[in-house]
Amino acid sequence: MDYRAPIAKARGLGSAKSGTHHWWMQRVTAVSLIPLSFWLVTFLNLTFTASYQQIVAWLSSPINSIAMITWVLMVFYHAALGLQVVIEDYVAASGVKIVTVWLVNLTMLVLAVTALLGVFRITLLG
Amino acid sequence: MAVNKRPTSPHLQVYRLPLTGIISITHRMTGVFLSGGLVLFVCIVAALAAGPEAFDSLQNVLKWWPIRVLYWGFVYALFFHLCHGIRHLIWDAGRGFDRDNMNSYALVELLGSLALTFITIIFV
Repeated sequence: MDYRAPIAKARGLGSAKSGTHHWWMQRVTAVSLIPLSFWLVTFLNLTFTASYQQIVAWLSSPINSIAMITWVLMVFYHAALGLQVVIEDYVAASGVKIVTVWLVNLTMLVLAVTALLGVFRITLLG
Repeated sequence: MAVNKRPTSPHLQVYRLPLTGIISITHRMTGVFLSGGLVLFVCIVAALAAGPEAFDSLQNVLKWWPIRVLYWGFVYALFFHLCHGIRHLIWDAGRGFDRDNMNSYALVELLGSLALTFITIIFV
């Protein structure tokens, strides 16, 4: 007779492991990016039309710098999650797939850190 | 993974995609395109951080008209991805799966993202 409950036999098996975390974080970042996109478009339009001093002044106002820093954190996370799904769908060879996902995640991390350092430099030293 | 040589059933390329299907793949393509745009965003921030001279020389490049066209393409892709993303959130809530809804929302997305792009051009 087997005294083990079904849950004890199932635990630790299967491939899901982290479950719905990836899917859920894609949604969480997506929702936060809806309002934050307003700041991105405003910032990009300023870089086309405004002077250096005007842009630094705009970025140094607390609401704008908080929004831009949050946008950077959310957008690079969102992009890394999204690109990972695209790679997993179209790259069949598992070795290439794993390395490409790593490289994309690393690239997104480096870009995010560069952007954050840039915003800090502009707002604190600009 | 070994490539399977056995015959397969007809796949995507033999079907004429409906509007909803075209929009679905466009969502993915705009996502990849926007991710590429993030590199340019980092370039702009880096130029600003490097000081006024570096930023002025970057702004001279931005004045070039093909860059302008690319920029408006980026803004349209952003709003399209945003509109279709909202639809994905509605789907996640378990709503909007009937055929009429799917087709009408597809048109709303296309027109909405165009309208948002024009509003950005005019007002921002």
